[in-house]
Amino acid sequence: MSEELAVQTEGRQKTQVVDFSAYVKSVTPFVEGLKKWSSGIPLVLLFFAVWEALPRLGIIDPLFLPAFSTTIQTLFDLALSGKLLLHVLVSLQRAAAGFGLALLFAVPLGFLMGWYNKFERYTDLFVQSLRNVSTFALLPIFLLLLGLGESSKIAIIFYGASWQLLMNTISGVKSVDPIYIKAAKSMGVSDWELFKKVILPASIPSIVIGARLGAKIALMVVIAAEMIGAKSGLGFFIQNAQFNFMVPEMYAGILTLAILGLMVNYLLVWFEKKTTSWKGEIGSSILG
Amino acid sequence: MDIIVAEKIHKKFKLKQGQQVNNNGVISDEIEVLHGFDLKIKKGEFLVLVGPSGSGKSVFLDLVGGLSSPTSGVVYLDDKPVEAPSAKTGYVFQQYALFPWRSALSNIEFGLETRGVPKEERVKIGRELLSLFGLSDFEDRFPYQLSGGMQQRVAIARALATKPEVLLMDEPFAALDAQTREILQNELIRIWEGTDTTVIFVTHSIDEAVFLADRVAVVTARPGRIKDIIEIDLPRPRNGDIRSSSEFAANRHKVWGALKAEVNKAQQDWKLAPVFSE
Repeated sequence: MSEELAVQTEGRQKTQVVDFSAYVKSVTPFVEGLKKWSSGIPLVLLFFAVWEALPRLGIIDPLFLPAFSTTIQTLFDLALSGKLLLHVLVSLQRAAAGFGLALLFAVPLGFLMGWYNKFERYTDLFVQSLRNVSTFALLPIFLLLLGLGESSKIAIIFYGASWQLLMNTISGVKSVDPIYIKAAKSMGVSDWELFKKVILPASIPSIVIGARLGAKIALMVVIAAEMIGAKSGLGFFIQNAQFNFMVPEMYAGILTLAILGLMVNYLLVWFEKKTTSWKGEIGSSILG
Repeated sequence: MDIIVAEKIHKKFKLKQGQQVNNNGVISDEIEVLHGFDLKIKKGEFLVLVGPSGSGKSVFLDLVGGLSSPTSGVVYLDDKPVEAPSAKTGYVFQQYALFPWRSALSNIEFGLETRGVPKEERVKIGRELLSLFGLSDFEDRFPYQLSGGMQQRVAIARALATKPEVLLMDEPFAALDAQTREILQNELIRIWEGTDTTVIFVTHSIDEAVFLADRVAVVTARPGRIKDIIEIDLPRPRNGDIRSSSEFAANRHKVWGALKAEVNKAQQDWKLAPVFSE
């Protein structure tokens, strides 16, 4: 009887231990990442403190730089009224549409240019010429040709986000280790299988980095485009606040932009880790 | 019966623009790697190619594997000229060449996928091979999570998965440490002795050649051709103990005797290289 009990207890303990270690394993990287991430907090807090102090001490006119607390208060009011959210969603929608189109265009083109040398020879000069013109310089042209509606904004975002994606896809394809191609060929793959099972997965890390940079550019371009010709969106909101001398609103808009950028960046870093987990950790934490 | 017959193989490579090579005083923009290479390989034998660096041993494997074609001459596999990679060959590389985005098991499945083997069957074959190499617990690991020795075991398993008649092995153990190397030699010979697979194995190690081979083919310094073929008269099944026997030493001596002059010639070649480039 007592022996049986002992066995039972032992068994229970064992399961508990196993469960616990599995739990620790799954949570540890996140906690570690959070720890690393949190070391960055003091500097941000210092920045906010300086921001709070400068107008309060009269070093900068609060009319031009409202205190951090005032800005935060405004931000909360705007957020609660739902006004800000609408602008944020509009901007995100535009950025996503332009970025999505860039993905559909640049990644396949990148594969063609990276794989077929002849195709690259004929297209490279044209592509390089386009790529090296500043997106912002082209903004007026897009507005002239496509008007003030959604299409001009989405088009310029698409244009801005495409190049980084294209370049990274090309370099991803070109840097596939020839030994993988040799190994696959020795196992008798067809051209399509070679693409699907070797070229594509091998170039994913480079493409994902391109997507990360492209998404950042999309976010930047959408704000600029909205500042020039729009009636909604975060860029319009900031510009509008500035024109109407609603200074706290302007700062609140800019703060929102920073938070948004941060969130998008973490999302993309997470996505990058997720898709390239087979590469193993190279130092950095889960939060990038 | 010969499974592979190579007749009068010549293989030249064009150098990159602006590069030249001096072949006994003749300046050329082509480099000849194989020159009149003749070799017959019997079905089911373990043939090891040894020769100095640059003598075209790996190039010959690529020809048998259908990954490259000779400038002239023909390689026959089962009496048919090799023109493209054949389902009858499997290839193991020095750099393992495992696909880093695939798990160990999934790497082994690769060749079976291209042959349209259903998933269930692929997994079954993959697991059998993993257990044969003592890697059953590692099927879901990615290559970066495996040691060099484990990676090469998976790579050999991957090549064996399609049950090739001919296994081509290009210095498969050269990147491993000495102990792992010996262990893998023992494993390979244990597994091979239970099959009727023909193996063509390239190495720079004479010990490795003697331990594994039925016959050792010595290749000359570049341009390569077969200089000598030495029968290794060690009994099978072989195990690690045989390395310290006097018969082993005698065979080793024979191979080295045939190889020495070629290695020296190749060394001379390298020594003279800077003179040519001036």
